[in-house]
Amino acid sequence: MTTDLWRALLGGLLIGGGAATLLLLNGKIAGISGILDNAVHGEFGPKLWRLAFLIGLVVPAALFGLGPIVFAQGLPVLAVAGLLVGAGTRLGSGCTSGHGVCGIANLSVRSLLATLVFISTAALVVFLVRHGAA
Amino acid sequence: MAFFSALIAGLLFGAGLLLSRMCDPQRVLGFLDVAGHWNPALAFTMGGAIAVAAPAFYFVRKRHADLLGVATELPDRFKITRALIGGSALFGIGWGLSGICPGPSLLLLTGGSIQSVVFAVGIVLGFFGQEWLSGKRASA
Repeated sequence: MTTDLWRALLGGLLIGGGAATLLLLNGKIAGISGILDNAVHGEFGPKLWRLAFLIGLVVPAALFGLGPIVFAQGLPVLAVAGLLVGAGTRLGSGCTSGHGVCGIANLSVRSLLATLVFISTAALVVFLVRHGAA
Repeated sequence: MAFFSALIAGLLFGAGLLLSRMCDPQRVLGFLDVAGHWNPALAFTMGGAIAVAAPAFYFVRKRHADLLGVATELPDRFKITRALIGGSALFGIGWGLSGICPGPSLLLLTGGSIQSVVFAVGIVLGFFGQEWLSGKRASA
C-alpha cells in the first residue's frame, strides 16, 4: 500500500477516534453540518460543547497549514455549491461526517442510503463536469 | 469536562481530516471521478473512521448511555423519507461541483482564501434558506 493511502487510512482512524470520543464522553454525534447549523444559531449546547468541537476541528489546520489547495471552480459556482451543501445537508439531516461516518458506524439504514445517494449524485456531477459532451 | 472532551474530539477529527488531506478538493474529486484517474483514498479514510467509531456506537446503542453513564439515545436508523433522499441528492450536487463538504470547508477557512469564505457563507445561507423554505429547523 502506498504512503498516500496509509495517510488516508491513518487520518480516517483519527476521524473515527474523534467521533468515538464525542459519542462516549459527550453523548453526541459528530455530524459537522448539524453542529455548525446549531452554532450559527447561537446554540452552543451544554458547556459550549459545539463551540469546543469546532475550535478543535480547525486548530490542527491553523497550526500546521493546509498544504497545497486547488479549488475546482470559480467563485460563482463555489457560492452555488456552498448553498446546495448547506440546504441539502439540513434537508437530509446530515453530511459526510454525520451520515457517512457516524451513521454507517451505527449501522443505520437511513445513513447508508443517504451516503449512497450523495456519493452517487456527486460522482454523476463530476462525470458530467469532467467527461460530459458539453 | 464536556468542553474539554468535545475539544479533544474536534482536535482528533480535524487532525484526521488534515492528515488524510480530505480538505483538498482535488483529492475528493479524484475519488468521485470514477471514469478518470480514480483515487481510492477517500474510501480508506471513511472506512478507517467507521471501523474506529463502530464499537463506540455499539456500546452506546446497547447501553442507551454514554461512557459516563449519561442517558443517550441515538437517532432513528430506519425511517426513509423524501427529505432524506432529496436533501442528500442536493448535497451531492454541491459536493460534486466543489469537492468540499462541511468539515473540510471549515478547515479551508484557516487558509484565508476568498474561495473558502464564499463557500462557507454559501453553506450558512443554505442552512437559513432551507429553514425558511421548510418553515422549521431541521433536526440536527
